[in-house]
Amino acid sequence: MDSAFIISAIITIVGISTPILLAGLGELVAEKAGVLNLGVEGMMLIGAIAGFAVTVYTGNPWLGVVGAGVAGALSALLFGFFVLTLNSNQVATGLALTIFGTGLSSLIGLSFVGRIVPQFGSVFPRELATDPIGRLFFGYSPIVYFALIMVVLVAWFLKSTRSGLILRAVGENDLSAHSIGYSVIAVRYAAVAFGGAMAGIGGVYFSLVITPMWAERMTAGRGWIALALVVFASWRAPRLLVGAYFFGVLMWLELNAKAGGLSFLPGAALIPSQFWAAMPYLMTVVVLALISMRDRIGSNAPACLGKPFLPAT
Amino acid sequence: MRIKLEKRPEPSRLMLVITPIASVLLTMLVGVVVFDALGIDGQRAVVDIFLTPLLASYKWQDVAVKAAPLIIIGLGLSIGNRANVWNIGAEGQYIIGALCAAGIGIAAGTSGGPFIMVLMVLAGIAGGSAWASVPAVLKTRLGVNEILSSLMFTYVALQVLSYLVGGPWKDPNGRNFPATAPLTADQALPLLPFTSVHLGVGVALVLPFLFWLLMSKSVFGYQIRVVGSAPNAARHGGFDSNQTVWLAMLIGGGMAGLAGALEFAGALKTINLGFPSGYGFTAIIVSFLGRLHPIGVLIAGIVLAVTYVGGQVAQTTVHIPNATAGIFQAMMLFFILASDIFVRYRVRFIPAAKSAPAAGE
Repeated sequence: MDSAFIISAIITIVGISTPILLAGLGELVAEKAGVLNLGVEGMMLIGAIAGFAVTVYTGNPWLGVVGAGVAGALSALLFGFFVLTLNSNQVATGLALTIFGTGLSSLIGLSFVGRIVPQFGSVFPRELATDPIGRLFFGYSPIVYFALIMVVLVAWFLKSTRSGLILRAVGENDLSAHSIGYSVIAVRYAAVAFGGAMAGIGGVYFSLVITPMWAERMTAGRGWIALALVVFASWRAPRLLVGAYFFGVLMWLELNAKAGGLSFLPGAALIPSQFWAAMPYLMTVVVLALISMRDRIGSNAPACLGKPFLPAT
Repeated sequence: MRIKLEKRPEPSRLMLVITPIASVLLTMLVGVVVFDALGIDGQRAVVDIFLTPLLASYKWQDVAVKAAPLIIIGLGLSIGNRANVWNIGAEGQYIIGALCAAGIGIAAGTSGGPFIMVLMVLAGIAGGSAWASVPAVLKTRLGVNEILSSLMFTYVALQVLSYLVGGPWKDPNGRNFPATAPLTADQALPLLPFTSVHLGVGVALVLPFLFWLLMSKSVFGYQIRVVGSAPNAARHGGFDSNQTVWLAMLIGGGMAGLAGALEFAGALKTINLGFPSGYGFTAIIVSFLGRLHPIGVLIAGIVLAVTYVGGQVAQTTVHIPNATAGIFQAMMLFFILASDIFVRYRVRFIPAAKSAPAAGE
């Protein structure tokens, strides 16, 4: 294993972790406000096709990212209308959003199959990313840096701002938050929309960066990994970053095991690639169990997660 | 004028029946508008997806075969949903059930007959229940949220399938294609003569009536209904909530496993990477569209099966991707969930003049 190999591995891992980091971050905010949105996969696909379409028409991938965020947020608001305004069941509505997003993106994507899009420019001067070490720091897509900045912003927002405190209060005890005068529904709408925007941008990373083209169902179940990631990170933004890269390592191991390229790991030939693919989910269940054991003392899972807001009137 | 919602003392029975039908009709209507807006012949698409499979008799077999797993899984999930136990991992339990049946088939070698068939079906039920028992243990022992754990285990099941059909269970005579060896003629479930309708379809037709008896006549059915509608009363009445979780998960998992075994032994006879078709997720729509009632589930299963078959029809007639049927399935679920408001509330229109004093209440 030489250093060039390690560097290229890290670059790959940072790349494949970015969509789940973004989508997970959005879902974390929604769940902190007490809303469980199982539509992440659908919102990612809607973002992927919307951003791709905008980029095809405008020739500008930056506008594509904005389009993906807007489309993701709109699809999340649709979900919000059902669960927040009409009080429908969050689990079932979220699943419906995923099925809806998968179908809608396939339908809209029909006329975009085989189209090509212009690549992102680099945010840093090209000379910085010529040698391997330079590439390690300066060679990524702008979306990667955006995701990192958003982690810091979300962590700061939730921990240190008044609005973040209100959002957490709404997720922790909606009735109390309501009784001291905060609009539970408005806060939840905002959190859900933010979640959708992040999922949409996470999705467009597939169609603009990983493989710059459109293919049906191209997010390949990563939305579900993002949902697992939020739990794995026990609803904390800094841990979400660590978790995303950890899941990224597992996804990278799976990709390499499929290609038979794990010869550097002793005994790796005996482990099927499916083992690595199943690991994020198994680890998440283990973390869930650990959190629940600690739960009796007090934990981090929003107390109102998944429950409708029903004030006595 | 303003609109006021009044909570009904009892859910409206009339609305319980009307809203699913209205949801389907509204879906068709919105479908026409949306598809026209997208530049596709909306009327043709909606007719092909919702009506052609019902009107063209040669499509009935397809509808029956597709409806069977949806009905069977939907029945099991309805029990859990009624008791507020959210098993959303039916897809995984369906996969494991099919794999267990396939394991029996492989172990049986070339021997067949009713004994092997019964064994496959029982293995499917056992496998599905076993897969669902993990979330059940976690829920009852540690209080782990069953929504998240059952969902995670679906994705583990997908990897188990991928490993088995691409590795140890790969058909040695299959030209290296990742699939199990097909069942022999006397291992596969019997078919209705000259059709593709297998014994599993019969099971799917009988089970709703058994579930209806179970839910309306037995103590168990009473327990599930009480736990779901009045959890506090249930606790005072001595119904153990852990027991309810176990029953809901085992029945939900067992039914999903049964559906997987029947789909394998009846319809497909082999398992490949395309086996996971999302029936376990679609069955959640079925259970809601069927209003968690066994006979409703039977009808809803047929409606959803029609959209699957119709999706394939529309693929060739108006050239839209197969996944498009999902748009309609999702819309139906959106509308049925939203229409719950009419079941639980009475909508009152209050004239504007009189609303001023009323606003102060």
